[in-house]
Amino acid sequence: MTTDTGGVGEILEAPLVIEYPFNRTTGPVIGAFLTGLREQRVLGIRGADGRVVCPPTEYDPQTGEPLTEMVEVGTEGVVTSWSTVTTPRDGQPLPGHHTLALVRLDGADTAMLHVVDGHVATGDRVRIRWADERQGLITDIAAFEPIRGGA
Amino acid sequence: MAPTRDVAIVSFAQTTHRRAVPELNEVELIQPVIREALDAIGATISDIGFTCSGSSDYLAGQAFSFVMTLDAVGAYPPIQESHVEMDGAWALYEAWLKIQSGHADTALVYGYSKASPGDLPRVLSRQLDPYYYGPLWPDSVALAGLQARAMIDAGIIDEAEMAAIAHRSREAARGNPHAQLQGSAPIDELLAAPYLAEPLRRHDCAPITDGGAAVVLAAGDRAREWSKRPAWIRGIDHRIDSHNFGARDLTTSPSTELAAQKAGVAGGPVDVAELHAPFTHQEKILTAALGLSDDTVINPSGGALAANPMMGAGLIRLGEVFKRIESGEANRGVAHATSGHLLQQNLVAVLEGER
Amino acid sequence: MPPADADRTVTPFPVGLWEQPQPSVPGEAADDAVQRIRVPASITYRYTPGAAPTRFLRGLAGKRILGEKDPVNGDVYVPPRGMSPIVGLPTTEQVELPDRGTLSAFCVVHIGFGVNAPPTPFVSALVLLDGAAVSLYGTLLEIPIEEVRIGMRVQAVWVDDDQLEPSFESIRYWKPLDEPDVAAELLKGHM
Repeated sequence: MTTDTGGVGEILEAPLVIEYPFNRTTGPVIGAFLTGLREQRVLGIRGADGRVVCPPTEYDPQTGEPLTEMVEVGTEGVVTSWSTVTTPRDGQPLPGHHTLALVRLDGADTAMLHVVDGHVATGDRVRIRWADERQGLITDIAAFEPIRGGA
Repeated sequence: MAPTRDVAIVSFAQTTHRRAVPELNEVELIQPVIREALDAIGATISDIGFTCSGSSDYLAGQAFSFVMTLDAVGAYPPIQESHVEMDGAWALYEAWLKIQSGHADTALVYGYSKASPGDLPRVLSRQLDPYYYGPLWPDSVALAGLQARAMIDAGIIDEAEMAAIAHRSREAARGNPHAQLQGSAPIDELLAAPYLAEPLRRHDCAPITDGGAAVVLAAGDRAREWSKRPAWIRGIDHRIDSHNFGARDLTTSPSTELAAQKAGVAGGPVDVAELHAPFTHQEKILTAALGLSDDTVINPSGGALAANPMMGAGLIRLGEVFKRIESGEANRGVAHATSGHLLQQNLVAVLEGER
Repeated sequence: MPPADADRTVTPFPVGLWEQPQPSVPGEAADDAVQRIRVPASITYRYTPGAAPTRFLRGLAGKRILGEKDPVNGDVYVPPRGMSPIVGLPTTEQVELPDRGTLSAFCVVHIGFGVNAPPTPFVSALVLLDGAAVSLYGTLLEIPIEEVRIGMRVQAVWVDDDQLEPSFESIRYWKPLDEPDVAAELLKGHM
């Protein structure tokens, strides 16, 4: 295809890198969750209807009520939905083909988004693989890995 | 909200959508469209009471893009103007409110983007929660795959039906001279293609588009002066679902359902519906949430699957319904726009012509 | 006279706004709980300037400054964006401008930024080229800061010919010209 360049000849192009050096405050709920990850445990929060929301939110997803009762949930869970990442991109937790998944951890009633190293299907059980160096970030979970042969 | 003034869409123009328009900057891209929308009704910017645009600097990496594109309007002497970091459909909502409040009788609305300078599926990850989701840099296609998978698991849709939606949309786009993708391979060929993000194949995804659109709104008799058959906005509403999509039922869209109820979709027959569904499976969620019957023609333009300029594709849905009402092809139609991942936020408008 | 709103009652924020109940956390309390996170984000674009800026940048590679003319009132914009901001119509006629003009505004910069900025303090300047309707941005050197004034005449200092590129950086900086100052009234409307 030829492009009408308004009579300017070859189009000029230059790389442009925009960087956002965000430094964010967590607040007490997200802060407690991330502190837990650093210590290899996962916290949820009890919602207004008694269901456990994990990762925890400060307010009930349905009613907006402030939530305060944090509870520990498991480090294994079940895949509730999944998709494949065929073109891995900068910043993603795994470098090769992998699975993006929603995982409902044991003891939680909502799902968390993360990646699975390997192939899984809905209903499969997975467990957390912790990062060697943890600093209080969601990426302290390096990935989930499939639990083969049932749990 | 029930309208207190009769406000209509009276003019609409859009770019001929392309994957990339590297030879033009954003102001050069949108100016002919703004001009066409005004020229079509013989108006100039001095006839316009309020101007509102929708765009996002993240897409092209152009800081204060919306300020630069105001050059396309001719904003001197200074005009009443506003901007939303959202699809132009939400700019239209703001303009509609401005007219409802009596602060303007006419409005120019436009939305545009150049997504081609960046890696769109990666750029869109910046819309997500920055604590739990953002650091994982999930791309927009794989995220949509989670929703399609949930629908398939629930028995609501299958891959063949998704391919049929893609096929129908892109075949319909043959009649749309502005569409980026026109025509489709047969369904069995579509289903033989590899996955992009399982269960989504390339045909399930809207194309990446550089482009935009402009709409003119007017109240009462001014609308009748400017259009032989204005598309009156009988109801318009927008709602949002939780950004925490791990806590949502991804197979339904309560926000669309509520917006449809508030906009009065069920108040009469729907001849045509233009739905902003960037992924095939989302059309099925929207059709159910809006309560549309088989009698409604869905996305005769080809919808977002035929061209999807970010920040413009929702506004285009309103424009496409307007076109069909103005021409007499339809009497009453529904336009839908979405924003964010997985149909997070949804706007619904009911448009109607006078008999 | 007291401020107009001196007797206004300041209401407290509703409960829940700007305050959050402290959650109860099971297990041992960490003495260095996470309170903030660093989540830098970097996005790379392939930037293209558009038709009119491309014409302008190509001119710079040939040591020429090309403005573009407003199709209605004849004003010359530089650098051109492709559009008349006054009437919203495309500019199409190119006009070559001299590389000399008048300082229309300036600022003494004390905090350095960018890889190509001169050492602080330096003068950032807006230069109204002869024949242009709007000013160009640059830095002004070769003059003691206390002598810089609006209305003074300046000229571009280009990079060496073998360094010329389709880039704004082809103009290294601006220097004073030994010509009488332009009266401020004549800069009206071009500031």
